[in-house]
Amino acid sequence: MAIGDGALLKRIEQFIYREARLQDEHRYDEWEALWTDDAIYWVPANGDDIDPDQHMSIIYDNRSRIGVRVRQLLSGKRLAQEPRSRLRHLVTNIELVGCRAGEISAACNVMVFESNLRDATIWAARTDYVLREENGALKMARKKVALVNNDKPLYTLSFLI
Amino acid sequence: MASTSTDLDRLIRHDRVHGSLYRDPAIFDAELEKIWYRTWVYVGHESEVANADDFVMKSIGPQPVIMTRGRSGDINLLLNRCPHRGNQVCTAPRGNAKTFTCPYHNWTFANDGRLTAYAFPAGYDGQDMSRLGLGRVPRVASYRGFVFGSFAAEGPSLEEHLGGAAETIDRLCEASPEGEVEITAGFLQHRVKANWKFVLENETDGYHPAFVHASIFSVADSGIGALYGAKSTALSRDYGNGHTEVDLRPEFRRIGQPMAWFGTTADRVPDYVAKMKRSHGERKAREIMTDGTPHVMIFPNLFIAEIQIFVLQARGVDDTVQHVTALQLKGAPDLNRRLRQQTMGSVGPAGFLLADDSEMYERTQRGVQSRNPEWLYLGRGQHRERRDENGYQVAHATDELPQRGIWRHYRTLMEAA
Repeated sequence: MAIGDGALLKRIEQFIYREARLQDEHRYDEWEALWTDDAIYWVPANGDDIDPDQHMSIIYDNRSRIGVRVRQLLSGKRLAQEPRSRLRHLVTNIELVGCRAGEISAACNVMVFESNLRDATIWAARTDYVLREENGALKMARKKVALVNNDKPLYTLSFLI
Repeated sequence: MASTSTDLDRLIRHDRVHGSLYRDPAIFDAELEKIWYRTWVYVGHESEVANADDFVMKSIGPQPVIMTRGRSGDINLLLNRCPHRGNQVCTAPRGNAKTFTCPYHNWTFANDGRLTAYAFPAGYDGQDMSRLGLGRVPRVASYRGFVFGSFAAEGPSLEEHLGGAAETIDRLCEASPEGEVEITAGFLQHRVKANWKFVLENETDGYHPAFVHASIFSVADSGIGALYGAKSTALSRDYGNGHTEVDLRPEFRRIGQPMAWFGTTADRVPDYVAKMKRSHGERKAREIMTDGTPHVMIFPNLFIAEIQIFVLQARGVDDTVQHVTALQLKGAPDLNRRLRQQTMGSVGPAGFLLADDSEMYERTQRGVQSRNPEWLYLGRGQHRERRDENGYQVAHATDELPQRGIWRHYRTLMEAA
């Protein structure tokens, strides 16, 4: 694996597109299967580089809490997602940032169009991935979604971003 | 304007309120004048401006307020508006500054609001600078570190306003081995397209958790669900002045396990338990750790929710922001880490609990656009209200006693001259 490897970039792109589609289509189990056992899913607040162990984040889930989040969505009683938001993630500017010790770092820009009972909402973010190869498949060890407006009052974010 | 007593008589009954109270922009404007810009409103905590010259941007209703700590340690609440031509003098969310300089014409103000310099001063020969300071919230008072402001130059003191509810803040502070809480973890800002009173009323609504939060109770056994069941011994309480509580202590005393309120056991937080015993003595420490921290809504905007605080900000008739952060107990680092983690999981825009509450606020806001029935019914549990040993009205935890109390006080404020 090397950063200049065009085939690797292609593979990363396909992974990110697929993850986005699973989120858009509320395929929660398949999405959960993309995570490693030591995963961190992080949506910071009040800046992109805060210390999540000291300061509030919008989401700061370890693997166990990712599981709770998915099971809550699957319960059919997560009111903020019943009915489910209609969603489309638009992913651009995908860059392979680094490859080291079996971990691939990639980053992209994301815009999400959400339509729900309230209205339509546009979310925009810089998303960083740390991916790892496990049994021939890529898995997410870490995903950080830095919303452009994470220092502002935000409407409910109950879908998977 | 619905500010006359005749109008309110038509809109507020002892067990029901009219839907227009949540959707009428004229009523919202009247509320700004009669409630938000008059009564004591929670602004921030002293620990957010711990050092001399610290400042943090806060709000009272739609108005930004700069909370500063002056050199002598006193706390100021300043309005973010240059007295010259109205420009905002501060755009930073927090910082440390002895002065604020307006970028428009370079007028400079001390952090107590005094004008200290203007550019090209010859143009102001003979002017009295002391009359050109930043606007101030005229009354500022703290209770155990919680800072409140009132835009009314005269009126009830903060102690009078808090009344019996002050004891709930004492109870919270007692849960710290050092008797103090701190607000240091930064705020999540969760916006809802709903009237602020739906949020206010829900904070001590013990009827909804079994339904609105069924999804998280079904997948993560937090023990919260049972506290709000039909057989719960927990109480709702009306302290007067709009302050209301869901008192979970009867349930925790029945369970009789220290730290059960926090979903843990004493042996899993040994440092905290040891410190509490040292500060409070064995018996009192056990009592505090069994009872847990309060679940109280201080009217109109400070909700102390056991492990976190919500500060409600009314910005428009259907635009409310919930500013929320973890409570941090001074001297309890092992508990504070869990307080932050649990808060992040449960509240804010993606919270396991608050996303669903907020969904209810927004659907209710749309619901009251329908014109029939005109009223919202708040009659639950009227037949089982009684007085507690301190003379406050109490009822079952799932009763609408708190909401009736909130509206009684609301009406008093709105009818005042």
